[in-house]
Amino acid sequence: MRHLLSIDDITRDDMERILDRAAAFEEVSDRDIKKVPALRGRTVLNLFYEASTRTRSSFELAAKRLSADVVNFSAGGSSVEKGESLKDTVLTLTAHSPDAIVVRTPYAGAAALVAGWTPAAIVNAGDGKHEHPTQALLDAYTLRTKLGSLEGRNIWIVGDVAHSRVARSNILAFRKMGADVTVCGPPTLIPRGIEALGCAVRYDLADLREADVVYALRMQHERMDQNFVPSLREYAANYQINGRRLGPHQILMHPGPVNRGVELSGEVVDSPQAVITMQVKAGVVVRMAVLFEVLAGSASDVRQRPSRPTEPQLA
Amino acid sequence: MSVHEPTRDAGTSGVRLVCAPARPADILLRDVHALDPRTGLDGRRDVLVRDGVITQIADPGTIATPPGSETVEGEGRHLFAAFVDPHVHLRTPGQEHKEDLETGTRSAAAGGYCAVIAMPNTSPTIDSAPILGALLDAAAREARVPVGFMPAITRGLQGTELTDMAELRKLGAAGFTDDGRPVTDAGVLRRALQYQRLCGGVLALHEEDPALSGKGAMHEGVVSAMLGVAGIPSVSESTLIARDCALAGYENARIHIQHLSARESVEAIAAAKSRGVAVTCEASPHHLTMTDEDVRTLDTRRKMNPPLRAEEDRQALIEGLRDGTIDCIATDHAPHARDEKEVPFEQAPMGTTGLETAFSAVYTDLVLPGDLSLELVVEKLTAGLGLLDLFVPSVAVGEAANLVLVDLDAEWVVGESGYESRSENSCFAGRTLRGRVLLTVAAGAVAYRERSTLLTQVGAGDGPARVTSSEGQSLR
Repeated sequence: MRHLLSIDDITRDDMERILDRAAAFEEVSDRDIKKVPALRGRTVLNLFYEASTRTRSSFELAAKRLSADVVNFSAGGSSVEKGESLKDTVLTLTAHSPDAIVVRTPYAGAAALVAGWTPAAIVNAGDGKHEHPTQALLDAYTLRTKLGSLEGRNIWIVGDVAHSRVARSNILAFRKMGADVTVCGPPTLIPRGIEALGCAVRYDLADLREADVVYALRMQHERMDQNFVPSLREYAANYQINGRRLGPHQILMHPGPVNRGVELSGEVVDSPQAVITMQVKAGVVVRMAVLFEVLAGSASDVRQRPSRPTEPQLA
Repeated sequence: MSVHEPTRDAGTSGVRLVCAPARPADILLRDVHALDPRTGLDGRRDVLVRDGVITQIADPGTIATPPGSETVEGEGRHLFAAFVDPHVHLRTPGQEHKEDLETGTRSAAAGGYCAVIAMPNTSPTIDSAPILGALLDAAAREARVPVGFMPAITRGLQGTELTDMAELRKLGAAGFTDDGRPVTDAGVLRRALQYQRLCGGVLALHEEDPALSGKGAMHEGVVSAMLGVAGIPSVSESTLIARDCALAGYENARIHIQHLSARESVEAIAAAKSRGVAVTCEASPHHLTMTDEDVRTLDTRRKMNPPLRAEEDRQALIEGLRDGTIDCIATDHAPHARDEKEVPFEQAPMGTTGLETAFSAVYTDLVLPGDLSLELVVEKLTAGLGLLDLFVPSVAVGEAANLVLVDLDAEWVVGESGYESRSENSCFAGRTLRGRVLLTVAAGAVAYRERSTLLTQVGAGDGPARVTSSEGQSLR
């Protein structure tokens, strides 16, 4: 795989290969010296046009554990603030010959554009409200670890679907892995036509109990100003995942950062059903696998581990 | 219409269509397939142009080349009345890095156009007599085909204060428009409609409710949902059209709706027309031939406003042309510099160029598959200025020569040999189209010759020899 731009343009086989390799990298994270020389001498550039702590540091850790050199370039305090265009920034940075550029922008399709401007491998770390493929891969990885397989599982994605790149990538990824996906949220925050991604649409949580997995999305405060929902109180009353709504055998996921008391009640964040920190941990190994994939190439014969189905570890 | 003087009044009511002085053409177009749907002309003819005027139309091979005239062998080629466009952006003044009067009208001539109307969303806005006057003067020096200007309805396109419409009209305004923006305030639009009784001039309206369009960058539908790009719903256009048709009906005013894109809009126009509202409208080649599926790759050249919509919308536009709901095809030629378009889709400015591809795109995608007849397409491409009470070009004896010679069988790749426009943001870039404009005569003078086609012979006799060039596209 030359680039990872979207879940839309990769296959289930691609996903399985990356997840298998991520599993193989698990062991590295548990070592005393958390480093392998797989990408020694390679340069990974993090180009972030949006504030990001966890995604950027996750990529940084992943690159460092593979012994790559990492340069962080964020829009704040850089030439971008001086009016440089994305293309000129990419051309300038390309002069440093990075092997991979991890790029996050507020604009759909920007990662694909960047891929056309530089010989470096591009990993999309979020392009506007379009896609966030490594989040989807780490979520699929987490679920595979918990459930063995996503095949036939019922996954509900709850919240602000309209403004969520995580939702788009995850719907596609979960569908590709064989799960059934339902999106649920206020009608103002479910985009017209989203069914085309292969998901069902609900506007209330009445049937939430049919889900094996509940994936809550972050509710952004600025949506209040735009009248997408009347108030956070009203939102929470209708869509908050809380102890009353979440069943004991359901897995609870969230891409972070959590607004306690809004999309999730404090009790469920701290409940054994929640796998939120597991997702964060998976982020590093999955991103190691993605960087390895685009830099060391899928051509290299990597030991394929059979994914061992394990019993679902339900709380 | 008589032969144009260099800066002349071409239409009624003092509207000025202006171009640079040019030598009147003396051409014999021999054995062309002449087609003028309005006169019923449809067959092989010799067409003689003397001193810029069509002086004779006769059976093929019957007209001898007059001394000093150029002869164009037209066998297997079609001759239409040249096209007119009531909606182009020539970016002058202020944005000459995108286009100027010379490049824009050269682009028009290359597309087979003999007259265009420029929009006022320039920098500064065309909203005062000095600016309009300066532009008319500039066009008299630079324009290759006649250009008319539509000044703004409201000062600075701000939607609040009316421009000095009567003064602008006296100076030659072709009508008024805030194109690029709607006149959101119904009260302001109503005043403009009332004022039309004094000054005349069609109000051309860009219809879109900003509250519904929001930050949308493409059609709201399946594709926008998948791409996560904010959508512009069809009802953003159709609701404002319905409102403005109601206002125009109430004030007995004359309006023209620009660039229809949605099925609901076609329905709104049809309903208004059936009530007797004096409304006309246009559709663009790109809305007639492309849909939001073509935006999946987020190619910024396919970002325009209104956006490319769904297939059912495209079909409704085609049906609207057939049943007469849609009166003309207009390009909304909107040049943007390369670096302005080489940005992420949501950041890119709206607009595609269109003059050089209009006929070929519609011919390739609608005429060849049998969706529309060639006659209808030619009629709709020549109708736009008549809607503004200007003129309708015609292939008829005594008319000023406004003619386009087309090779319907020629294939060409859009952009392969560059563009006459200063900008290259064509939504059809890279497509292979059928139908190539070979020669355009505008206001009695040759405005364009296709570079690669040597189709002329200098007539025998003692008149001044016309140059036959392999590269000059506009020999004047």
